[in-house]
Amino acid sequence: MSKVTRFAAADPGPAARVSGFMAHLREHGFRLGVAETETALQALSCVNPIVPSDARLALKSVCAGSVEDIAQFDLLFDAFWMAEGRVCQKVVPTDHVKPIENTKSSRTDTTQATQDTGAVHAPEDGAEGSESHSEGTGKLVASKVTNLMKKDLRELVSAEDIRAAELVAIRLGKALKDRRSRRRKAAKRGASIDLRRTMRQSLASGGEPLRLARRTRPDRPLKIVTLCDVSGSMMDYARPFLAFLAGLMRADSASDAYLFHTRLVRITNALRDDDPLRALNRITLLADGFGGGSKIGANLQQFADSYARHFVDGRSVVIILSDGYDSESPEVLGTALAKLKRRDCKIIWLNPLKGWKGYEPVARGMAAALPHLDAFAAATTLNDLAALEHTLARL
Amino acid sequence: MTSWKTLQAALAGTGYIASDDLATALHIAITLGRPLLLEGAAGVGKTEIARALATVKETQLIRLQCYEGLDASQAIYEWNYQRQLLSIRAASEAGETGAAVEARIFSEDYLLERPLLKAIRQETPPVLLIDEIDRGDEEFEAYLLEVLSEFQITIPELGTITAKTRPLVILTANGTRDLSDALRRRCIYAHVDYPDRQTELAILASRSPTTEAHLARQIVGFVQKLREEELEKVPGVAEMLDFAAALAGLGIKDLTADPDVLLACLATLLKTQSDRAAVPIEVAARIAGKAA
Repeated sequence: MSKVTRFAAADPGPAARVSGFMAHLREHGFRLGVAETETALQALSCVNPIVPSDARLALKSVCAGSVEDIAQFDLLFDAFWMAEGRVCQKVVPTDHVKPIENTKSSRTDTTQATQDTGAVHAPEDGAEGSESHSEGTGKLVASKVTNLMKKDLRELVSAEDIRAAELVAIRLGKALKDRRSRRRKAAKRGASIDLRRTMRQSLASGGEPLRLARRTRPDRPLKIVTLCDVSGSMMDYARPFLAFLAGLMRADSASDAYLFHTRLVRITNALRDDDPLRALNRITLLADGFGGGSKIGANLQQFADSYARHFVDGRSVVIILSDGYDSESPEVLGTALAKLKRRDCKIIWLNPLKGWKGYEPVARGMAAALPHLDAFAAATTLNDLAALEHTLARL
Repeated sequence: MTSWKTLQAALAGTGYIASDDLATALHIAITLGRPLLLEGAAGVGKTEIARALATVKETQLIRLQCYEGLDASQAIYEWNYQRQLLSIRAASEAGETGAAVEARIFSEDYLLERPLLKAIRQETPPVLLIDEIDRGDEEFEAYLLEVLSEFQITIPELGTITAKTRPLVILTANGTRDLSDALRRRCIYAHVDYPDRQTELAILASRSPTTEAHLARQIVGFVQKLREEELEKVPGVAEMLDFAAALAGLGIKDLTADPDVLLACLATLLKTQSDRAAVPIEVAARIAGKAA
């Protein structure tokens, strides 16, 4: 077992050390306030703090707030308290704490990014990425996509775009209402009697409940989950789509957004940033490998296995923005969509190529996907997205 | 001061085998009077811990099952409107005055307690289990935050009701949606995982003491191996106990003895069509062979 860190004698007691530890956690992305430090000290008094394992369990239960936190906690605990007898010079942190928000993404995003690297990020990514550039669809990719790998997203999307997209997103969000509840309202009679209001109204008629107030379920908006393909062949369309994602996130607090190229990145939290341009900046940092190859099947599979379990249910609409050019076998895509479909969601695929004259979904991936889709439509610009309103309302 | 080990032992006495993480978190939550938030997959025994705790503390368990659309009238209180209406009618026939009627129909006799109100009005602190909090909507979560921090409920007609005793609050979540940071921060947190082999053996031994040691090892080994397969619904602890009960009911002494019976008993572990298809008879027999 590793030895406990020896603290410099000058350090003023356990309280300072614990607050030093809290600062240490904070620097590593834990969201902890002063109240937590107090709780942590109280928690330590509940166990025998001299025993390292007890102290570890006690601090863990207070400081960790999610599964990701727990995974990180043990390492951070060891680094601070069990540094092999190394003397820690100074535990009380200095006043200024680096503003991590600008340089690092939010908690979930960081962990997700690292997880993804482990799961799908194959070593040959770079090679494949450049390959699909060249083998893509000639005309589509040749002009603009030279090297967007490190390019700033802000050059692609402007603040005006986002504002315009926000309006579109709001309209789409309104179009997507839960049909079940709407039918109830149209029945003119609520499912249940609202006794509280009935009583209230009966006051006017001397305690006789002449008019029965009824209750209906309010319309509930559907949750929109968007997966946007930002691989090389999609770069020409990234601009309206990213603006749309940003607009959607700002218009609808229940929506969820992901990017994928060779791996899948959740960008919901980043996009919720108050400043739309800073949000894009954060995504740029997250989505390293923009404009590379696309592994639609593998990414959707991963989505169905991980995030979808939490965030997709019968009231979700999954919108996939992609051209369907997959560098992998179409079977993977088919099974992934089938799995997603079993969560009782609606799946809409918006394909920029569909708008082309004489387009047939011949890309093998697209052909495999078709049977699982609730709607398959064209979308290249924001206007196209806005025009979708009626299609979505009919779903 | 009792330590978390005492609590762990007491829980074990009721048949609940808690991991060190869980026992410490529970101990701290009780000592500090904070709610405990338990997260983990379905079937790892999150709800069961509340029952065990209520038994240990010899107190009442009050359960609030969350669902979408759960509102204050279902979670906190509601006036008994039917009784109120009747009472008003009766009063008007008897010729009672308005003020007296009003005082009567808004008295506690006409109040229907729902779980949250019931929990804060107990003489001895009960265990309040708020199950599957992530199924409730965000509005309810916000309201719950208020109740959990103040432990008081305001009823406009009656005034504010403050808790006589602080209930031990346990919240469970399956990860249906993200919980708000505010709620997470208010709570002591513990993540409950599937038990490891030793813990699961202990659970089986305490719940079904008649199972022979050899078979128990086989059952636990089999279920643990099954959890490593790619399944849609991973069998939880409750499923494992059902499986053991099914085997006991059929009088099986050895898992590897009869593959057909084993396959029949899999109905207690695998609950979807595709999971059944993923574990055909040969695979089941192979896993059972390895588990032995």
